Amino acid sequence: MKIFALGVNHKTASVDIRERLAFSGNKLEEGIKRLHSLPEVREVAVLSTCNRVELYACVDSVPAASEQIKDFLSGFHEVARRDFEKALFALDGPDAVRHVFRVASSLDSMVLGEPQILGQIKAAFDFSLSKKTTGVLLNKLMKKAISTAKRVRTETRIAENAVSISFAAVELAKKIFTNLSGKSFMLMGAGEMAELAARHLVNNGVTGVMVVNRTYDRGCELAAEFNGKAVRFENFLEELTHADIIICSTGAPTYVLHRDQMQKVMKERKQKPVFIIDISVPRNIDPEINRIDNVYLYDVDNLQDVVDTNLQGRKAEAEKAEGIIGEEVDKFGRWMSTLDSVPTIVALRQRAEEIRIEELEKFRNKFPGLDEAQMKAVDYLAAAIINKLIHAPTVALKDDAEDRDELIALTKRLYGINGDDD
Amino acid sequence: MEIILFEFALTFYFAAAIVGILELFKGTKTTSRIMLGLTVLGFALHTADIITMYAIGGHIPISNLHEASSFFAWCIIFLFFFLEYRYRIGLLGSFIMPVVFIMMLSSSILPRTIKPLSPVLQSYWFGIHTLLAFTGDAAFALAFGIGIMYLVQEHYVKSKHLGGLFQRLPSLETLDEINYRLITIGWPLLTLAIITGVIWAETAWGKYWRWDPKEVWSMITWFIYAAVLHVRLIAGWRGRRAAILSIIGFCAVLFTFFGVNLILKGMHAFV
Repeated sequence: MKIFALGVNHKTASVDIRERLAFSGNKLEEGIKRLHSLPEVREVAVLSTCNRVELYACVDSVPAASEQIKDFLSGFHEVARRDFEKALFALDGPDAVRHVFRVASSLDSMVLGEPQILGQIKAAFDFSLSKKTTGVLLNKLMKKAISTAKRVRTETRIAENAVSISFAAVELAKKIFTNLSGKSFMLMGAGEMAELAARHLVNNGVTGVMVVNRTYDRGCELAAEFNGKAVRFENFLEELTHADIIICSTGAPTYVLHRDQMQKVMKERKQKPVFIIDISVPRNIDPEINRIDNVYLYDVDNLQDVVDTNLQGRKAEAEKAEGIIGEEVDKFGRWMSTLDSVPTIVALRQRAEEIRIEELEKFRNKFPGLDEAQMKAVDYLAAAIINKLIHAPTVALKDDAEDRDELIALTKRLYGINGDDD
Repeated sequence: MEIILFEFALTFYFAAAIVGILELFKGTKTTSRIMLGLTVLGFALHTADIITMYAIGGHIPISNLHEASSFFAWCIIFLFFFLEYRYRIGLLGSFIMPVVFIMMLSSSILPRTIKPLSPVLQSYWFGIHTLLAFTGDAAFALAFGIGIMYLVQEHYVKSKHLGGLFQRLPSLETLDEINYRLITIGWPLLTLAIITGVIWAETAWGKYWRWDPKEVWSMITWFIYAAVLHVRLIAGWRGRRAAILSIIGFCAVLFTFFGVNLILKGMHAFV
């Protein structure tokens, strides 16, 4: 039995192939059921996200299973094999295990260290589990993938620093202020990025939202969304005194806030720190403002630099993560090889049970005068003896030793267990 | 006995300072735990050393500069533990332990002869006055460390190069607030130390104020920290300016402590 992984992802295939192979909506249930019914496939799970369509399976023969799965994909999605075959990746054994662990730990993601993939992989396995298409091997693989991903997360800093502009803004705010809750915030203008950053700030406890907009009605709408108040553009300087965080994204062609204006504001604020994020292009806030004490001004390029640096940092952490994954892949390999001895252990136990029942029967015939209680005592003794006798070989067989294959063969010979029952 | 205790404490502080500095370059949870563990061990030995000295001398062991700087270091660590427990400020130890170690090192090279306390000092004022002064100075020492941390962190945020220690240092607001709190603890203690000193001087020497160098420099220190608090409350000088002032203030503390004794001699020269 081997772990086998096959599929397409953002590294191997373009989006048009990925979307044609995707198991979206109710296609997933039918898909995994039919995959599971393929003669070569013992267990199967399917991970289908916007960046990847990957099948994880447990198979006896990799080449045969691979052929069957490819045929199935072609038929199920109505795509000719030659259209997607080149974009497929296929891995088996430890390589497949490593791949699953890397995907779960977000080392294979487009944005290194992004957190969603772990949830997606968990959902994918849970779904297969609920449809009973997974068994001992894939269930264990899933558990190990999750625990490996958690290890990576706690032992490296791969997911630590923000890699999107809006999160970078929140992260910075947290290094300027002790606590974002209770801080007040002014949104100047509108725009997707500004609103996203505003939402993150509000989620982090920022209250007292003020929205400034040249169109007062638009300002009111946005203000309602954030439970804040709208401020007329003409009055924004007066309200600026109360804002600890300012996000500016107006479409103005020139600076709307100058250094001397900000200096006055700071005096009125008694120098309480202000964090200003200017994501407008062209910039709306005089960059000179950053020179004022306790004012921290970031423009969109500055934030992008932060994001780039953080991404570099994640790459360095990814190397550490690969080490952790290597360890876990080895552990999983060792666990899988202990499975080799399971049929022998079961057979051994069965053999012992047979002997016990047989001998007990003979004994009963030889001494018909014994009552129930006495027979029970004899039975207890017999059970105790066989348990003691097979305990040591069982432990030896389970043990992860180099000579296990020989042990399995020897056990079969010594105890008269025959045949390959798997 | 007390010499062995002192040397061992010094060794542990040295190790803690080294680990603390290494932590700045490559820090993990383990390194900060090791640093804290070494500090705790050093502190235990140091405490035993001070108790032994107290038993021998019969008074707080600050009768010479060796004892005084050792006791000063002890007070700083005591307050450091308190801050660590209360705020869990990442990397504070890395900034404080080197200062403590240097203080202990200078203590170790200063002459150690225990002189009997001159009769004029044998008064309950001795304990009160010196304890107030030492705890106040310890608060200023920590404010100094926090002030440096503030400047480092503010440099990262202002210059927009968020490398190095940026992630591991606390927020600017936190550092500023702790700096302020330490000064609001230190300054009243220093004030009380000066007042008790003045009263004691009158009973001991019959004169409140003698323009002794130590007195003058204490006064200068007192004015610096008074200014820190004043401009903060009136003009809102916080953040970078407050941090710089607290660093200047601590330089004055150090001069009052070491400089006055070693360079300018005076009434207080024995301490």
